[in-house]
Amino acid sequence: MAYLELEKLHKEFGDFTAIEEIDVSVQAGEFLSLLGPSGCGKTTALRIVAGFERPTSGRVVVEGKDLTHVPPNHRDMGMVFQAYSLFPNMNAADNVEFGLRVRGQNGAERRKRVEELLELVGLTAAAKRYPHQLSGGMQQRVALARALAIEPRVLLLDEPLSALDAKVRVQLREEIRRLQTQLGITTLYVTHDQEEALSISDRVAVLSQGQIEQIGAPAEIYNAPGTPFVAEFIGTMNRLEATVSDEGRVQVNGTVLPVTEARGLPRGERVLVLVRPEILELQRADGAASAALVGDVVAHIFLGAITRVKVDAGEYELSADLPGHKAAELPVGSRVAASFPADGGRVLALSEQPATSGAQAPAGR
Amino acid sequence: MSKSGWFWVAIGLLYFLLPLAATAEFSLKDGDSYSFAAYREILDDPQFRDTFFLSLKLAAVTIFVALLLFVPTVYWVHLRLPHLRPLVQFLCALPFVVPPIVLIVGILYVYNYKWVPANYLGSPYYLIPGYVVLGFPFMFFALDNAFRAIDVHTLTEASQSLGAGWTRTLLRVILPNISAGAFAGAFLTFALVMGEFTMASLALFSTFPTYINYIGQTKANPAAALTIISFGITWLALLGILLVGRRPGRTAVQVGGTH
Repeated sequence: MAYLELEKLHKEFGDFTAIEEIDVSVQAGEFLSLLGPSGCGKTTALRIVAGFERPTSGRVVVEGKDLTHVPPNHRDMGMVFQAYSLFPNMNAADNVEFGLRVRGQNGAERRKRVEELLELVGLTAAAKRYPHQLSGGMQQRVALARALAIEPRVLLLDEPLSALDAKVRVQLREEIRRLQTQLGITTLYVTHDQEEALSISDRVAVLSQGQIEQIGAPAEIYNAPGTPFVAEFIGTMNRLEATVSDEGRVQVNGTVLPVTEARGLPRGERVLVLVRPEILELQRADGAASAALVGDVVAHIFLGAITRVKVDAGEYELSADLPGHKAAELPVGSRVAASFPADGGRVLALSEQPATSGAQAPAGR
Repeated sequence: MSKSGWFWVAIGLLYFLLPLAATAEFSLKDGDSYSFAAYREILDDPQFRDTFFLSLKLAAVTIFVALLLFVPTVYWVHLRLPHLRPLVQFLCALPFVVPPIVLIVGILYVYNYKWVPANYLGSPYYLIPGYVVLGFPFMFFALDNAFRAIDVHTLTEASQSLGAGWTRTLLRVILPNISAGAFAGAFLTFALVMGEFTMASLALFSTFPTYINYIGQTKANPAAALTIISFGITWLALLGILLVGRRPGRTAVQVGGTH
């Protein structure tokens, strides 16, 4: 049995279904992220685990104990909020000490623990400073120390980095992961930032409209998205509607492309072929192989280490990520042929598409 | 500021200070010379001391009752019943439009019920419920502002997640962060009780305001002295609001963080 179990968790607010019977199990010491666009139910799920919301039905079980009806102050869950959660009337040390005072720990022990935790988050020098004297990043570190001080059964983080600027965000997320690994604490992390989720989690659960689309290791989510929604939400994806034409081959707009995953599918079936921009290869159209989509380069987007080349291939606009020098060989206006290795394309049944076609396709980062 | 700006400020100050200066001058007049005789007369009057301390006591009890009533109420409205806030706001503003005379008649009517103990009716604490009601707008709006300046939900949830129950959350987390508002409400209520005449007079109690009125009708110079004293008390209360509102570390404003 897993350490933390969400069993058939369901939550309705009036007519709106925030979460639809989701099941999630988290192993002891595991770092699981709930990832999804706003309104997908991830924060509601976290708040149910924390005890701030009651589920309409379903259970929250930790170590085999049903906590569904236990009030939040008896759950032993450490929570880090988006922002502004530090008690403004207490300095950093007093904030960290608060939970220990509630637990009636004696003074000397308490102070020692507070010192340890502030050291852990690198804020020993700021112990006597009040929240309004701390930067946003420092405030979140104190909030983290405060949540960890009570040695919670589960650490809950609700978009703790969303109010910080980009550089601090990356720095702090690595630190959160380091502390989590070091302390071996079971962690539930809510974010809408896919890069964040993929970079620090053991596993990621992608949510959309109150349902779990896919749960898996970050690499699995990225390389083998299980649904069109996941494919589009995570990173950037070229999506091609195709028909299975032959064993291991699909036809896109009259062009036949070999795709390993299409093997075993009945001929004539409509499928969705998904290809990552970094998998897509571009060549000048003159010497190209036949198994390629032909189009014109319409834009270069400089992304630092790579350049994203946009190709207008009639019905589709394709994106290909190329090293800068390669992209330079294909200036805007060039006629190019886009292809990909047979094992580089992911095939999903097209019938799943309508359910999620309305979902937003975030720009890749 | 421009020249005309200063001109209007000067006019305003004159309008405000001239009567005050005249009253002060008159209060110091002793025949053809000046002295503190009028002040001495007031301060030596046992009735002054009785009524003054009675009003102080009434103010203290009123503030206590009002805080006890309003801090949890406003907290709960902000936390769980935000949709009821306009209604509460309206109800709390009613004493502004309902004259105190209506209020005291209403209270007298309520006190006719048999369950009200007779010895309570004979004591000046009789006035407390009326004062609390008259203080509704001051207490409510002062606290409402303070609660709006803090993130009630997050602070409450943070406190709860750390294991604190409602009482500890209210006393240790919420109250210290709205204390400026609580003090403002308290000082305003204080000034109200120290100046409320209608109710006390109609209910036939001798409080500080009725004493002021009595002196005003009987003794000229001491009346001016009393006005200055009473004015000083009100000013001290207002000064108190300013000072408490400025105390560092108490203000709920977080300037850190990026949002």
